Amino acid sequence: MASFSVFSTPTSSFFNKKDPGWFRFSSTSQLSVHKCKNSKKIVSVMAPQQSERRPATTGSVKTAMTLTEKILARASEKPQLFPGENAWVSVDILMTHDICGPGSFGIFKKEFGANAKVWDREKIVIIPEHYIFTSDERANRNVGILRDFCTEQNIKYFYDITDVGNFRANPDYKGVCHVALAQEGHCRPGECSHQVLLGTDSHTCTAGAFGQFATGIGITDAGFLLGTGKTLLKVPPTLRFVLDGEMPDKDLILQIIGEISVAGATYKSMEFTGTTVESLSMEERMTLCNMVIEAGGKNGVVPADTTTFNYLEDKTSLPYEPVYSDEQARFLSEYRCDVSKLEPLVAKMYFCSLNSPDNLALARECKDVKIDRVYIGSCTGGKTEDFLAAARVFLASGKRVKVPTFLVPATQKVWMGLYTLPVPGSGGKTCSQIFEEAGCDTPASPSCGACMGGPLDTYAHLNEPKVCVSTTNRNFPGRMGHKEGQIYLASPYTAAASALTGYVTDPREFLR
Amino acid sequence: MAASSLSFSPKTITSSPRPKTNPFINHFSHSLQFPIASSTSRAIFTSPTTSIVPRASSVISRATNDAASTNTNTFHGLCYVVGDNIDTDQIIPAEYLTLVPSKPEEYEKLGTYALIGLPSTYTTRFIDENETKTKYKIVIGGDNFGCGSSREHAPVALGAAGVAAVVAESYARIFFRNSVATGEIYPLESEGRLCEECRTGDVVTIEMAESRLINHSTGKEYKLKPIGDAGPVIDAGGIFAYARQTGMIPSQN
Repeated sequence: MASFSVFSTPTSSFFNKKDPGWFRFSSTSQLSVHKCKNSKKIVSVMAPQQSERRPATTGSVKTAMTLTEKILARASEKPQLFPGENAWVSVDILMTHDICGPGSFGIFKKEFGANAKVWDREKIVIIPEHYIFTSDERANRNVGILRDFCTEQNIKYFYDITDVGNFRANPDYKGVCHVALAQEGHCRPGECSHQVLLGTDSHTCTAGAFGQFATGIGITDAGFLLGTGKTLLKVPPTLRFVLDGEMPDKDLILQIIGEISVAGATYKSMEFTGTTVESLSMEERMTLCNMVIEAGGKNGVVPADTTTFNYLEDKTSLPYEPVYSDEQARFLSEYRCDVSKLEPLVAKMYFCSLNSPDNLALARECKDVKIDRVYIGSCTGGKTEDFLAAARVFLASGKRVKVPTFLVPATQKVWMGLYTLPVPGSGGKTCSQIFEEAGCDTPASPSCGACMGGPLDTYAHLNEPKVCVSTTNRNFPGRMGHKEGQIYLASPYTAAASALTGYVTDPREFLR
Repeated sequence: MAASSLSFSPKTITSSPRPKTNPFINHFSHSLQFPIASSTSRAIFTSPTTSIVPRASSVISRATNDAASTNTNTFHGLCYVVGDNIDTDQIIPAEYLTLVPSKPEEYEKLGTYALIGLPSTYTTRFIDENETKTKYKIVIGGDNFGCGSSREHAPVALGAAGVAAVVAESYARIFFRNSVATGEIYPLESEGRLCEECRTGDVVTIEMAESRLINHSTGKEYKLKPIGDAGPVIDAGGIFAYARQTGMIPSQN
């Protein structure tokens, strides 16, 4: 097993510090992302070997900890935790949805008894949102299973939907779980409470945008958690990313994944800091943390600041106290980047499965790639600001799209925003108006939609081997339906620009 | 996930003795109380009164962990070879996720769809037509096996299909964790790229005690990394069984 030393590394950047940005562009050559100077070999995912940690030389009793280490230490009532240690952690929120909830409840009952009660009815958030607007019987049955369990257990937060013919007739229904968790005030920076948020979904890491520990778990772990309120977690070492300059969030995270590889953060925490991150809105930070899992990361964190506090003001009245990495905290590696040098990107088809840097490309280098459709949606790219971004491009262009353009707002709130929020610079138009004028499809019922395919009758399900530019998070073979479908992952800016030309397009063609 | 009608014991030829030392889950040997499984009372957690702060040195590192797992399991059978970054969508595509693994009939159905998401470049089917189980007991993979979605349906599908162990160069963490928690398959790690050394249909034997894989079709032997901390959890049949074994949660009646 390739062992790596957690404690000895100085700042190890993998590019020449004298160079601005991570790589240079040649105007004539194909983009080649500099490979990480460390071996491309993906290290073992088990805990790294731990050498005895040396006491701090300052004489202080505790060794400095990173944000993630601190949260896990507090949640396990330990004064100190080191990467690699296993700790029983009290969980503040467990989230589950219609795909994994039924299985989790089944396990809970089998293991703890048919009449067992959950550990805390207020710490479980149940959000149906994956396979909702479908006639698939099992999918509908699964929502029913959620409902039965919530009734029986008197679960406080159950965002139910009973009328799938009209999502607006369901006052409790929210939509995509990761966005709903944020919008409903369940994500809060750590200290007293709501610092450890686990969900039966790999994109649970999205909540790390709030400066808390959030990661995905499976059904069995969730079943265990339902009965005990605790889970065993191995403390991950932290990779720190210091990003300065201005750049759209989706392009940023694609860039990072391209740099460290799709397993570059396996069993690690990714901490995002720097002026770029500080300038991001909460939704943009959520996009960043959302795709931490695509680099194999255990969790992602953005330290809480005024932006976080402002966002939370109208969403929660519960107290919270943010946690930050200590000055002297040890990071496994630190990556510094001048983000202003980077350009809009696409993750070409099978980016995640073929793990080749050639599969990450500049949008402008792919302008000969003809596309068949565009999909704007999902927890990654279906938030309010994602649609505002797309609207900006359509507005700047003034033209109509050349390919079917599917819009799937993540939640009811996002959907409503499309019809109410004015788009800056448009003279008071809403996103929905701009989308209509551009010839996009009418915004669909909020859910995960076709991001992961779903039942065959799912809106925008890829039924043929077509090429799709999508604001979603994965493009494995068959991800959106058809096994030979080709999915190019992109920011909403790039997606909108591509819709306008019918080819993969750099949004700077329209936005200057 | 220990429904009585389901078999969650590892698919082994020989069973392993109980682990003597404290493996994967450090705190189990300390007196942490866990909520009861009584039929009437509410599950509550009692905070431990004597928990010992683990020191870094007490964390059992995998590479030197031979003493912690006394696993003498052996697996023997045909192997099916896949490449790098086999994601959980390929292991079990999303359209099958409406199947609930804790329901016995649906558990079996999941098995019939294992690895059905592999692209057409894989010319050999993992499960033959008109069959419900696979003839390949061992799956050999490359890096980052099980990446992507956290769906526990993935290791479940493999286990339900009849896979006993996966030998990969490395794993994505949620898949690894799910494999351990469910006890469905042994997620073993190879030294080097076995996916380039073996071919689908080769007859292999895995000897856990020796940490090696023997390919009878080529006559070559390969070193495996010891299963380490996770072994006893899988041996017991998953996290619940293990938790009962170590007294973390009470036994069921």
